[in-house]
Formats: sequence, C-alpha cells, structure tokens
Amino acid sequence: MSHAIQDRPVSTVKRASSLSSARLPRWSPVAIAAGSIAAGIGIGLGAGWHSKVQWGMIAALLFVLTTYALTTKVEGSRQAKDRVATSLVWVCFILAVVPLLSLAWVTISKGMEVLDPYFLSHSMNGVLDAEAGGGVYHALLGTIEQVAIATVIAAPIGLLTAVYLVEYGGGKLAQAVTFFVDVMTGIPSIVAGLFILATWNLMLGFGPSGFAGAMALAILMMPVVVRSTEEMLKLVPNELREASLALGIPKWRTILKVVLPTAIGGITTGVMLAVARITGETAPVLLLVFGTKLINPNPFEGAQSSLPLYVYEQYAVGTDAAVSRAWAAALVLIAFVMILNLVARGIARWKAPKTGR
Amino acid sequence: MAKRIDVSGLSAYYGAHKAIDDISMTVEPRSVTAFIGPSGCGKSTFLRTLNRMHEVTPGGRVEGKVMLDDENLYGSNVDPVAVRRTVGMVFQRPNPFPTMSIFDNVAAGLRLNGKYKKSQLNDIVERSLKGANLWNEVKDRLNKPGSGLSGGQQQRLCIARAIAVEPDVLLMDEPCSALDPISTLAIEDLIGELKERFTIVIVTHNMQQAARVSDRTAFFNLAAVGQPGKLIELDDTERIFSNPSVQATEDYISGRFG
Repeated sequence: MSHAIQDRPVSTVKRASSLSSARLPRWSPVAIAAGSIAAGIGIGLGAGWHSKVQWGMIAALLFVLTTYALTTKVEGSRQAKDRVATSLVWVCFILAVVPLLSLAWVTISKGMEVLDPYFLSHSMNGVLDAEAGGGVYHALLGTIEQVAIATVIAAPIGLLTAVYLVEYGGGKLAQAVTFFVDVMTGIPSIVAGLFILATWNLMLGFGPSGFAGAMALAILMMPVVVRSTEEMLKLVPNELREASLALGIPKWRTILKVVLPTAIGGITTGVMLAVARITGETAPVLLLVFGTKLINPNPFEGAQSSLPLYVYEQYAVGTDAAVSRAWAAALVLIAFVMILNLVARGIARWKAPKTGR
Repeated sequence: MAKRIDVSGLSAYYGAHKAIDDISMTVEPRSVTAFIGPSGCGKSTFLRTLNRMHEVTPGGRVEGKVMLDDENLYGSNVDPVAVRRTVGMVFQRPNPFPTMSIFDNVAAGLRLNGKYKKSQLNDIVERSLKGANLWNEVKDRLNKPGSGLSGGQQQRLCIARAIAVEPDVLLMDEPCSALDPISTLAIEDLIGELKERFTIVIVTHNMQQAARVSDRTAFFNLAAVGQPGKLIELDDTERIFSNPSVQATEDYISGRFG
C-alpha cells in the first residue's frame, strides 16, 4: 500500500508528459497534397506518359505514402493510421467527384452549343437529320406529360402501400407485399415496357401513346416510392402515434394529421428521387411511346417523344448537327431533373418539423 | 366529471407472455393514486390497460373487467377511441407534435375529433394552458412550434393537451422522470390542482414523489424476472409509508428490497 502511494507522483509526471506530443503543422496535409501532385506531374512528364489518369494515381499514391511516413516519424503510429484513413477518405471522395464533374462539364460545354430559346420552343418538324436547327420542345412536352401521369398513378398507390405496411401490416399479406415490392425494385425497365406492350397494346389493341409509356414508368416508380416512404414512416417516433391515440383521435386521423405531416419532408424527397429515376428511362418509352418529330400534346392518342428517346434518336443519326442536338437535349434532361430535385428539397425544408424557439 | 375506476380480475399479455396477473382495485374519483414498484412489475402496463392503450402494442391482449362508474371499458360494444377521450394519458417523455404550434398542440385533440369554432378553440386552449400553469410562459408565442419549449414546459404542454379534451380520468406514466427538480415541483403542484377536477393515476419510481402527491398508493411486485407482476397492496399513502400491512412493501419502501 505505502509503495503504491509513494509511486503515484512519479507516474503523474509520466502521464503529464504523454498527454501532449509533437504534431505536424496544420497546413501539412495541403502541403503534402500539393507536393505529391507536383511530383505526380513531374514523374508523368519525365516518363512520357500521356494518360492523366496515371499522373493522378501516382499523385494519390504518393500522397498517402508521404502522409504515412511523415506522420509515423513525427507523431507516432496511431496518428499515422488516423491520417492515412483520412487521406484514403479524401482520395475516394475525389475519385467519386472527378467523373461527376467531368460529366457535368462535358454535357454543359457541348450542350450549350445549340441550346437557346429557339431549341427549347421548336420541334423537329420538317428538319432534316443532317441539317442544323430544330428543337426539343416536343420531347420536353412528352417527358413532362409522361412523368406527370406516371407520378399521378404511382405516388398515391406507393404512398398508401407504405402506410399499409408500416401502420397496419404485420401478417402474411404484409410479408408478401414487401417481397413483391422488393422483386419489383429489380425489374429491368425494358421488362416493364414489354409487359405494358403485351397487355395494353397487343392484347387490348391500343396504339403507342404517352399514356402507355407512363404506365410502364409507373411500374418502375412504385417500388421506389414504397421503399422510401416506408423508411420515412418508420422514422416517425411511436410516441407521437401513442400521444395522438391517447387523445382519443382515431387511427386514420392520427396517420393523416400526425404521422404523415411529420414525415412529409422525407416522403416528398423520396417521390422526387423516384421521379428523377424514371425521367431518364429510355427503353419503355422506345417501345410504347414510339417517338415522333411532331408536337403531340395529347398523351392518350398517338406517338409522342421524350427527352431520353430524343437523345437516343439524335445520337443514332450520327451527323454533327444531330449529335450536338443530342448533347443539348441531354443537358435539358439533366437540368430538368436537377430543378425537380431542388424543388423537392425546398418542399422538404419548408415542411420539415420546426425546432426553433 | 371525475369517475371511479373499478378493476376486477385484470390480466394483461404481450403475446404469450403474461405481464400482469389478476389485479383488482378501486381508484377513487377526485384523488391521486400512485403506483410504485420495481421496474418490470407491470405498473405501466396496468396503467395502459385503463385507457385501452395496451392493445396498441402488437400482441397486447387483456382479460378481465375495468368499470368506469358503471361502464365496462372492455365491453363488446365499447369503442377504444371513445374510451381514450374519457381517459386521458400523459407519457414519460414529453412528446408534443413536432409539426404543430403550441396552440395547435393543445387544440389537436379537439380539432382532430370534430368541428369547433375558432373562438371556442381560443377559450379552450387558454383555459387548458392556464390549467397546466403554462399560459403566462407561452401566451406571446402560441404560434411558435411546441418543440422549442424546455423539457418541463413541453411536459406541461402535454398535460394541457390531455386536459383540453376534458377527460374524466388522467393517467400519468412517470411524468417527471425526464425533468429537473424545479420542473418536477411545477408538475407536482399542478397534479394537486388537477385532482379537484379529475381522477388521477400516476406511475412513479420516486417514492418521495408518491408520498408528496398521492392520496392512495398501490405497490406492485413480481415474484421473479419473467413472472407476471402482481398488486401487493393498495392503501392510504400515509399508511403505506408508515405502517404497511405487507412485509414486501415495507422492504421496498425502506430500501431493503430483495
């Protein structure tokens, strides 16, 4: 006992010194990054490699190795592992962002060549494939109509299915529904298109129309809406349901007035993501909507066009004028989806439960 | 209109597991009855059977009779929604509706149950908030979200919400366990005022609290983990805390449990 008490001051001194240790300066990661990029370029140039990907990989490798070596020397092995993990996260982040940015850059730079108000407000009516001019109006109109119809069909069904699964389900039926929703998530879009083609067009004898395409898109959209809504409803604390029920509020009003409003932000985001997913579908549109050069505002009668289909057609033509039209249409498509996403985020933020004082 | 609760032969189950076994007791109107006992002894479960909230839990099932004056809550034609309008409940953690303002929170029970005129609602909300001793603190920000209040204020908001629908009985499931001593004091004072109008049943782990606020105290216990909880004794609070008739009660109260 007495030994332990006498030992204590000694160990305190040791511990105090172990609390602080040598640190690399705060700017060191930036400096190492700059150094390794410079070294990567230097080695690449020296070895005469043309591929910039190789330069980048050398730089990334150098960055991780230098960080590890320097930190081990100055700060010790635990900090070195920490730094390496951090640098790996950064490297992966950059690897993910580079293709995204380059895709956006290529689409914008090539798409802007022909994108102007004329392009947005005219169809391809009477425009020869090799000719410049023409526009995307008929395709944009078709996309908006088809996506709107698909959403009107799929969103309520998906929403109610999710409400059933979370609030009422639990038996065999709910298990079966969950299983089929999972299976539906994996349906390739061409199969959904073929299904509608077989039933609506071949068995019932209807011609191609925007509505037929919208039905196929609705099949693709439904499971995504169910899944995301389900997750959002599960996030609503059970306490709120109980608080509402304990006030003598019937279950259906509890769901309508307490559960859904609490989750509405996430539900809107989920629906909008599903919309974004089907907006880019080409295969079912190709089968069912057929494509046209003319403006057809009626989605229930006759062939329509749509943006992804337009991109595909123009690319298939292959002339310079057609390819730049394809890039411009792709840019319109990306912008359309992005605007939808921004709107969804706006709604989610506006409707989200408020926490301020 | 406070009502008498008369429970006879009540057992509650979670699926196959029996949580409470054969409980019979009477809760007097215009009084505070406290339930004490170790964790897992079925106090909360029993409380939830008194307004049919137990069956909301998946697998929840009840046998026996709960008479509210002369109506059996578990009668065949009884609507659980109507029962919950008559027997209100306040939960352990304050749970105001996050999408609603303070005003809407208090008005929720009324508004979601039927049509009320705006002026009528204003009166009821003001009366309920005053009844919960919260009016002076929130009267200038009735349109702000309820989740911006402090924990104690939120719990009083929940009490205001529960008394706005004018229930006959108010059940409280450890209403102060998430609150600091000052908020607890505010709620305890409030319970003292509310018992003039309501029959109050309160579950608490705090024996001093049971001694302070209640007129009668019920002690629950369970034979072993996994066994159903039982009512050991119910008596005037003074007697339970000074001279209980069962040895187990005395052991639990004096901390010599087990």
